[in-house]
Amino acid sequence: MSEMREKGWRNDGTAKVTGRAKFTGDLKFAGMLHAVPVYADHVHAVLTGIDTAEAEKSPGVLRVLTHRDVPGANRFGQIIRDFRIFADDRIRCHGEVVAVVVAETRAQALAAAPLVRVAAEERPALLDPEEAMRPDAPLIHESHGSNIINTHRVRRGDVGRGFAEADLVLERAFTTPFIEHAYMEPEVSIALPRPDGTMEVYGSMQHPFSTRRFVAACLGLPLADVEIIGTPLGGGFGGKDDTAAIVCARTTLAARLLNRPVKMAYSREWSIRESYKRHPYRVYYKMGLTRAGRITAVDCRIIADGGAYCSVTPWVTWRSTVQCCGPYVVENVHCDTIGVYTNNPVTGAMRGFGSPQMNFVIESLIEEAAEKLGMSGIALRRMNMVRQGSVTITGQKLEGHTVAMEQVLDQVLKEIDYESKLARCSRGHGQRSGSGSQSASSGIEPVGSVGAEGVHSGGSQAGEVSSANAPDDDADELYGIGLAMSYRGVSLGAEGVDFCAAIVNVQADGSVLLEAGVHENGQGAEAAMALILARELGIGLEKIRYRRSSTSVIPDSGTTVASRGTIMGGGAVALAARELKQKIAAFAAPELACAPEEIVFAANQLAGPGGRSLPFAEVIRRMFQKQQFPYALGVYRAPQVTWDEETGQGNAYFTWVYGCQAAELTVNRKSGKVRLLNAVACHDIGKAVNTTMLLGQIYGGIAMSTGYALHEDLQIAGGRIAHTNLQRYRIPRAGDLPEMTAMIVENPDPVSPTGAKSIGEPANEIMAPAIANAIYQATGVRYRSLPIRIDAAKAPGEGQKRGEQ
Amino acid sequence: MKVTVNGIIREVAPEQAGKRLLEWLREDLDLTGAKAGCETGACGACTVLVDGHAVKSCMKRVEEAAGAEVLTIEGLAAADGTLHPLQQAFLDAGAVQCGFCTPGMILRAHALLLKNPAPGREEIRRAIHGNLCRCTGYQQIIDAVELAAPCYRK
Repeated sequence: MSEMREKGWRNDGTAKVTGRAKFTGDLKFAGMLHAVPVYADHVHAVLTGIDTAEAEKSPGVLRVLTHRDVPGANRFGQIIRDFRIFADDRIRCHGEVVAVVVAETRAQALAAAPLVRVAAEERPALLDPEEAMRPDAPLIHESHGSNIINTHRVRRGDVGRGFAEADLVLERAFTTPFIEHAYMEPEVSIALPRPDGTMEVYGSMQHPFSTRRFVAACLGLPLADVEIIGTPLGGGFGGKDDTAAIVCARTTLAARLLNRPVKMAYSREWSIRESYKRHPYRVYYKMGLTRAGRITAVDCRIIADGGAYCSVTPWVTWRSTVQCCGPYVVENVHCDTIGVYTNNPVTGAMRGFGSPQMNFVIESLIEEAAEKLGMSGIALRRMNMVRQGSVTITGQKLEGHTVAMEQVLDQVLKEIDYESKLARCSRGHGQRSGSGSQSASSGIEPVGSVGAEGVHSGGSQAGEVSSANAPDDDADELYGIGLAMSYRGVSLGAEGVDFCAAIVNVQADGSVLLEAGVHENGQGAEAAMALILARELGIGLEKIRYRRSSTSVIPDSGTTVASRGTIMGGGAVALAARELKQKIAAFAAPELACAPEEIVFAANQLAGPGGRSLPFAEVIRRMFQKQQFPYALGVYRAPQVTWDEETGQGNAYFTWVYGCQAAELTVNRKSGKVRLLNAVACHDIGKAVNTTMLLGQIYGGIAMSTGYALHEDLQIAGGRIAHTNLQRYRIPRAGDLPEMTAMIVENPDPVSPTGAKSIGEPANEIMAPAIANAIYQATGVRYRSLPIRIDAAKAPGEGQKRGEQ
Repeated sequence: MKVTVNGIIREVAPEQAGKRLLEWLREDLDLTGAKAGCETGACGACTVLVDGHAVKSCMKRVEEAAGAEVLTIEGLAAADGTLHPLQQAFLDAGAVQCGFCTPGMILRAHALLLKNPAPGREEIRRAIHGNLCRCTGYQQIIDAVELAAPCYRK
């Protein structure tokens, strides 16, 4: 179809491999000033005064901004307007910004920042969400009247009856940590005053429209007076929403007040200090099952530490609630989910959005229940999993799309040879029995033993690992395999209004300008939009230019979150293209002597049934001559969803995706070190648009989820983040990861104009429980806190029985 | 004091000699391909080549590169704009997502391939272990380096 290579194509690819891509921090403007934030070393304190006089006298300083300088709203937010652009009444967490110093140079601004004096009266910090929930706890936000930000619930069936029917009841508690997004690019913003009084803003933020709302509210300007312009974004993962928008708001305020361009570039330390994190969860979970393995009831209480400000805690915890039983049909469910204010760092959106926590809980428990019932975890999953026409725990019938849960499970089981490898797991005993042919053939040297004296339960495996690849014998390496699966509601669901626009504007020479209301966060959204358009119009990719995105051109299409970019943006592009084709076909039909609907758009031509054809560009040229614009605005409106907050029942999402991932690993019984040998994933994504990029989402999701399982734990001591840079906050490195196999299943979704659904978050929500299950199979120890720290002293075989952590 | 950057000899003013190499490249030469991700040598986004060795330019002073040849990402493609085979391989393998780590990652891999034009995947993994990427899981980056390696053997 195209002269350009489609495989892995990105419109920004060449710019990014040559260094020509200009991220916000790479931009300069004449007369540009530099701003830096000022923090106060308090976790919880009443602000009694800010003295900026000395800082303002410092060389090069033009102004020091505080809440007193905000002409519009100093308090804003997407749900509860409690976020402070600058601290005004209290300091509620260590990342709170009290002032911004603006100077001619960054060095001058940095030198002046410590001269800002903050007077504050310390208050006791509430750092434990369960303490903060107590009725007698001091209030963090007095205006809210409670430290409970929000609650959600599911009330389905009769849990009393459900547990009465159960032969096995498991009650377990789980915890998960604060997680730092650790996007490679720290926050940065540049704002420019324009001659007409409007403001132009560049920023490392992933939601231009949300950012515009924050900026306009802070400055007291109408939305039309603020234009957010897209620049390449150095990673977001959900983390560059409200706190990144606030960085833009402060910068724009400085530019407006000083009437000069201002840049505020964050250091990594400031980024980690101020940005919001993934919520730590405490989950108290009770599950009842019959002897045969049917889940009869679930009762769970989910407590999310929301930190000092609301951010999107109500939405994150809503997804946790809807998906609180994983991809299983349960007739009797009682779930209470509570988001709580504390004086910890703010928590908000992060890739997965409330599902990674719950999937860790459920997929760990399913395996434990299966073992207690004497059945396989796979059999238990098959018995309870959602299938075509199943009714979810919120009363939604899964229909209108292909329920591919078993399909993706079967693919993974087959690819990784799960059943036979499961039989060879160490379970804390003896030597492990090899990782099998998968990792041996993938080029990674397996670590561990396939020794002659290995445990060979379940048949011989020695022949599967070629002798050339057989690792050295090492009796300290325990081998395990594990998997996890999930279903996931696509896009926002009942969290919000869900629609998206795209503009296709064909130029007089047949070249095409495209813009959609989704943002390029690094995932390849713009390329996906262009690929969809090229296929719809039957023209080459080289004819299409994706416009530099601007909030002043495309209608507000919401935020690029919830793995909604491809389904929503792509849907809008496809609908715009189809509308455009109707216009063009109606024009060309007389010339091709056929009906408009008979015209085929392919290979840069319009072809009629009689063998007549016209070049696409020629038809466009003639349209312009006849005063017709080949222009279309496409709007994709997501199908309606419903939700009843009282009962937690409703059609929560308009469609769902299904995924399964598995991992093989070894655990060294002496050092506790975990080494991943292999990872396999399969996801039903509807339809692939850019397969290479799609696989990249899966690999990256597995990697991030591996960090969740084994490495990442943002340490917070007394409300202060201890891991202030990437040396100590350790994200997965190349050597920490195994070779990965990513597979997709395509069941085009009828509600999606392109058939495509989602991959960003589904890929990042199940590797942690897969690893936890593999560690259990290796060690015989169940870990219920992330990240998993193997206590080598407790390792089985060292005189301890199999236990629990 | 002189430093050759991408083949061009640059005079270093005395007040610039003590600057961090990253800052000098980005601010004084406007070579913004090298990125500041941590400024503590943890992430590798600032990686450039100094006399063929990959270094984290946030951890070096300009004066430490006196008389040396520095290669930044801007100097890797041919003068006519034709991409270096390693750059092309990054595109073909899908090794680019957000692109913030990409310049450093390419130069780190370039240094490896100059020394060892036939590395195994484990060697590639070890070579890029000090360069962080949060998007890709590294798999397609390793694919790209493997894909480009034969071009270094010619």
